[in-house]
Amino acid sequence: MLTKRIIPCLDIKDGRTVKGVQFENIRDAGDPVELAKWYAEQGADELVFLDITATNEGRKTFAQLVRDIARHIDIPFTVGGGISSVADVEVLLQNGADKVSVNSSAIKNPQLVEELATHFGSQCVTVAIDTKYKEETGWKVYTRAGTIETEHQTVDWAKQVVELGAGELLLTSMNNDGTKAGFALDITSEVAQAVSVPVIASGGAGSMEHFADAFLKAHADAALAASLFHFRELAIPDLKNYLKAQGVAVRI
Amino acid sequence: MNLVIVDYKAGNVQSVQFALERLGVQATLSADAETIKAADKVIFPGVGQAASAMAQLKARNLDKLLPTLEQPFFGVCLGMQLLCQHSEEGDTDLLNIIPLPVKHFETDLKVPHMGWNQLEQLTSPLFEGLEEQDYVYYVHSYYVPVSEYTIAQTSYPAPFSAALQYKNFYAAQFHPEKSGPAGSQILKNFLAL
Repeated sequence: MLTKRIIPCLDIKDGRTVKGVQFENIRDAGDPVELAKWYAEQGADELVFLDITATNEGRKTFAQLVRDIARHIDIPFTVGGGISSVADVEVLLQNGADKVSVNSSAIKNPQLVEELATHFGSQCVTVAIDTKYKEETGWKVYTRAGTIETEHQTVDWAKQVVELGAGELLLTSMNNDGTKAGFALDITSEVAQAVSVPVIASGGAGSMEHFADAFLKAHADAALAASLFHFRELAIPDLKNYLKAQGVAVRI
Repeated sequence: MNLVIVDYKAGNVQSVQFALERLGVQATLSADAETIKAADKVIFPGVGQAASAMAQLKARNLDKLLPTLEQPFFGVCLGMQLLCQHSEEGDTDLLNIIPLPVKHFETDLKVPHMGWNQLEQLTSPLFEGLEEQDYVYYVHSYYVPVSEYTIAQTSYPAPFSAALQYKNFYAAQFHPEKSGPAGSQILKNFLAL
């Protein structure tokens, strides 16, 4: 049976992991390759690397890093952050990335999604959607790291990018991100049922129950978390055993 | 061993090359007919769309060469589909090495079929050391139905060909280079054929 995916997300700046990751077993927790290998051994199903570097110099470092990751880990990984053209994606895929995620650039230029799908196939195009709920607006899409509200309603935008060729959606609720109060089940469920492609739930994971809810109640195909894993508040093997006991199909 | 990965600008050649490197094997990337013909074994990766991949093969005359090869050959993902007869993706005529169709998933489940799924009914030395229900990584929207050439199956929700063998042509729909230890073992088994 196809299993639900557990995805640790690593933020990268100038080729190093940020967020003060703490691990005893890792020589250099700032080294994304070391950390990636460790997560792969723990049973992570995929990894996401988000480049938060703003400089051109940093971008080159990131492409080199993608190559190092591909050389050393044997599970799939997605890279994102600052991708705005076919040429950007070509460099990352050639260096061994399996998928890329686009966010602000897709909002600025929705045709980019179509171009990427045509050039490289939908299977490697993940569209990241940052969403935020306000009573007066409902769930709206935000851009530029969540700082600017767009005119898009979240479900409509999700359908639109899938229509354009997105092969997967990474849905982050800004209301929930960092709260550890659980994923945004309502909007995740709504999006997951509105589109035909897999949806990754992101933002708000604080416990094993939250993952079970994302899969069983919100129909997510995958769930992503960062600090929860990085700070070892939750170990992936424990999480997967728990999910299995709850009736969620997981790879153990 | 002289191992060649067919490099026709439609493959995740880098990932496959790295996976072989992790097994201690250096592979040559090439689209050159003589180099490919002289190889002991050939690996044929592929991602993307069937029609554009076929165009890339034709541009390099590889559509004529590949069906004539006699050494052990391993098509991966789109590389497996391209070995078949015809694909519903873009209504594309393929290499026609294995007389099978490639169809689009018609299901209420999510498409692409993306993630880790289980291998069943393993019937080939390619799966030496693996067990029924072992997990491998998939990402695809088109599939090859189960046939007499099927050497492993996966269900989504109906069974489809996870892997094929026809004469010297082996092929896998999943990505062994991204499938953890199980995938490494399959690559190792291919190298040992």
